[in-house]
Amino acid sequence: MGVKLLLEKAHVPGIRGYDVYRSEGGYRSVEKALKMAPADIVEEVKKSGLRGRGGAGFPAGMKWSFIAKPEGVPRHLVCNADESEPGTFKDRYLMENIPHLLIEGLIVASFALGSNATYIYIRGEYAWIVDILEQAINEAKQNGWLGKNILDTGFDCEIYVQRGAGAYICGEETALIESLEGKRGNPRIKPPFPAVKGVWDRPTVVNNVETLAAVVPVINMGGEEYAKIGVGRSTGTKLISACGNINKPGVYEIDMTISVEEFIYSEEFCGGIANGKRIKACIPGGSSVPILPANLLFKTAKGETRYMNYESLSDGGFATGSMMGSGGFIVLDEDQCIVKHTYTLARFYRHESCGQCSPCREGTGWMEKILKSIETGKGKMSDIDLLWDIQRKIEGNTICPLGDAAAWPVAAAIRHFRDEFEWHVNNPIECLNRNFGLAHYADEIHVPVTA
Amino acid sequence: MVKFSDDKLAKVQEIVQRYPEGKQKSALIPVLHLAQENFGGWLSAETMDYVAELLQISSIEVYEVATFYSMYNLQPVGKYLFEVCHTGPCMLRGSDDIVTYIYEKLGIKSGETTADGMFTLKTVECLGACGYAPMMQLGKYYKEHLTKERVDSIIEECKKNAASNN
Repeated sequence: MGVKLLLEKAHVPGIRGYDVYRSEGGYRSVEKALKMAPADIVEEVKKSGLRGRGGAGFPAGMKWSFIAKPEGVPRHLVCNADESEPGTFKDRYLMENIPHLLIEGLIVASFALGSNATYIYIRGEYAWIVDILEQAINEAKQNGWLGKNILDTGFDCEIYVQRGAGAYICGEETALIESLEGKRGNPRIKPPFPAVKGVWDRPTVVNNVETLAAVVPVINMGGEEYAKIGVGRSTGTKLISACGNINKPGVYEIDMTISVEEFIYSEEFCGGIANGKRIKACIPGGSSVPILPANLLFKTAKGETRYMNYESLSDGGFATGSMMGSGGFIVLDEDQCIVKHTYTLARFYRHESCGQCSPCREGTGWMEKILKSIETGKGKMSDIDLLWDIQRKIEGNTICPLGDAAAWPVAAAIRHFRDEFEWHVNNPIECLNRNFGLAHYADEIHVPVTA
Repeated sequence: MVKFSDDKLAKVQEIVQRYPEGKQKSALIPVLHLAQENFGGWLSAETMDYVAELLQISSIEVYEVATFYSMYNLQPVGKYLFEVCHTGPCMLRGSDDIVTYIYEKLGIKSGETTADGMFTLKTVECLGACGYAPMMQLGKYYKEHLTKERVDSIIEECKKNAASNN
């Protein structure tokens, strides 16, 4: 059993309510933090090495330290609960099961950043979670953790829940800010960054749910102690939402020292591949990160064991590695079709493109159409190169990272599974009735011996 | 005529007060949700104009938002809206079979409504329930781990609810 910092108490009966949460040691970090100077809190978070848990992995303390403090201008903290990356459902789990942990982290972070009005922007479909959060906020307020003059420190803070209305793009922080202002979720050009000009042109920090919840253990144990958990620059714990063809889909907290193989096959986590099948491929960090065939998933191209942390998952770059991303772990068994799966992802990104930048607006539509025609046996060999060409023209050419997010899954699928695409083109009838199967994707890779 | 009841108007005021003065446009998305729930499950031009007037913004500002977000229905939908996720992780767990089964059962494809106005089927993109796939959204809640049997019981439940409301 690894260390658990966020979900340790998630299964205590009644933990969703204030009394049980408090009796289990809840809100201690607020008591501690409100006696500290805000700058010292930021320092602790920096020392902890905590990286943004939404997908980008940017150091949270550093992000906080960028917030501008112009005289007389209010600042805001906004919690990003717009969890929408396919494969990702960890924030939902945290908010549903232990909502006070998020509220506690939000109070500490609001104090550190000087936010008197903090917003939780939650995806619109999580409608029932709004009630859970609002109840937790009311309970916190009744018990003096929110409102005016919290713990007699003179610090005032309110937390409001804002529901979105169905738009993946609003998980991008500037699109989220636009949406919070009551507009379409069109990402803004940066700079200026939200830390300088965010919601209503005020300095704003946007952090993911899990990041803000992790502030609680960081403050309770101190940044240095927190940084001792994990390995290298992957400090602390990470929530992984595991799904696809595994025996035990669900949300798991890991300390980033376990191997990918152990995560998939141990009873403590995924419990192996469902129905006794073999694994073909995996997208380890949410749908936008590169898919890896089984043989590159368990071992890096150098033949070393691959671990569930930021560095190891990205070992080999995009050529032979992937990314930790949001922790949305999607497993595909031997009977799954990579072309079809990639098609559903391309369709997703076409649906979610805001339409501002032409490479993404047009490119995602083309990728969807071409993938669909290959999947249904109507593709030409040149379509595979055309797909490659389109994704190259999207990547890096858009205002926000949705373009990259749409391009990478297509690129990785062609990079590692090109022969499956070619098989679809060469076998237009057969591909409608059966899948390409496991083929050689789990075969051991020959590692060149270096002197 | 489209008009909120007094307690809904009070709710609108409460939402507006969450934002700085003069930034009431921020209330648009939550108020549109409220309007959709109250005025028949969709947003007509009349409803959108009413929301614009309430928030003292122009109608076009409401239209451009209402057309951007997928949760707003710009046409009438059935009494029960089945929004079945069909993105990658749900597809891996058999969402296509669920969509087909609903078609066999109710005779509706994505975007269609049954003749009696009871059910609408919509295939939607990832709803963040990948570990509990296949799944659908029904009103405020998720129905997860769908099987044919579970779809049957959901349909029955809806019919029963509709009958008891009449």
